[in-house]
Amino acid sequence: MTVARRVRLVGQGVAVGLVALLFILLVWALVTEEGGDLAKQANRGDLPPAPEFTLERLDRDGQLALSSLQGKAVVLNFWASWCLPCKEEAPFLEQVWRDGRKRGLVVVGYDSRDFRRDARRFAKRFGLTFPIVFDGPGDRLADWGVTGFPETFVIDRQGRILAAFVGDVTSDEDKRELRAAIEEALQA
Amino acid sequence: MTLLRVAVAGLFVAAVSAGAAWGQEPPNAADLEAELVCPVCETTLDQSDAPVAQRMKLFIRERIAAGDSEDEIKDALVAEFGPGVLATPSASGFGLLAWLVPLGVVGGAVVAVALLVRSWSRRRPGAGGEPPLDPELDRRVDDELARFEG
Repeated sequence: MTVARRVRLVGQGVAVGLVALLFILLVWALVTEEGGDLAKQANRGDLPPAPEFTLERLDRDGQLALSSLQGKAVVLNFWASWCLPCKEEAPFLEQVWRDGRKRGLVVVGYDSRDFRRDARRFAKRFGLTFPIVFDGPGDRLADWGVTGFPETFVIDRQGRILAAFVGDVTSDEDKRELRAAIEEALQA
Repeated sequence: MTLLRVAVAGLFVAAVSAGAAWGQEPPNAADLEAELVCPVCETTLDQSDAPVAQRMKLFIRERIAAGDSEDEIKDALVAEFGPGVLATPSASGFGLLAWLVPLGVVGGAVVAVALLVRSWSRRRPGAGGEPPLDPELDRRVDDELARFEG
């Protein structure tokens, strides 16, 4: 066997090995992926635990850990200032917060892939008074399976996700469902 | 006298710095857009019309108009969107690995192939120097050369 042929065979072997390795990595990533179907699990009634995060706050100095809200019902709303449907649902979320805060409900805005300055301007424009956290790079979005904005999760007092709303909550039906999920979360 | 010298030196340094800054071209928005990534669609900004990409393009133009350098604009965007916003990783810190690892892999592969080829060449049958010339052929070559020179 000539040297050139051997080199070619080794090259082909390495190429096939690399492709096989990439395929294995792809399968592994798909099998072990935790995000993506969290909303489906929640809406099936599986009560998946809410993934933890600790993020910078935009409404005031400091950070907010989701675990610090254990014992309260939480409405977690993923948004960005450039997202048009987020603007439409913002006033309703503020109303939900005002209606439920005395009963142990916390609405948390999760601003991501955005400029801090734009997000603060958004909050001021819509008179948002609930806590807002900032994840500019979107590092924790995959934990929640969030791929677009807005998405809203309702978490009960034990830190379990009761319901998920993919897209804006602006229709009467969605608003009713969200309020019903909040009632359930407050009682859990 | 020493005070005067220090003052003159200070003025000289300031003048040189100001001259350098004056001579610097402002960053080009199109170049920056090709070097930054839209965090939503993950293509470079110049390829994207996503709302966040449009907002980032506006930010770049605002910062250029405000006199920011290319690095200052990139740093500001990294502070908001993280290092993933850079189309090419930075040449320092963890980003340096993205440059060094492929270079190391390519260098290692070149060395490995060279060693393999060398090892196989040594094992070739009959290897170990040029074979002796056939005496008849040697004589004919000599004859031809003599005739050519003569």
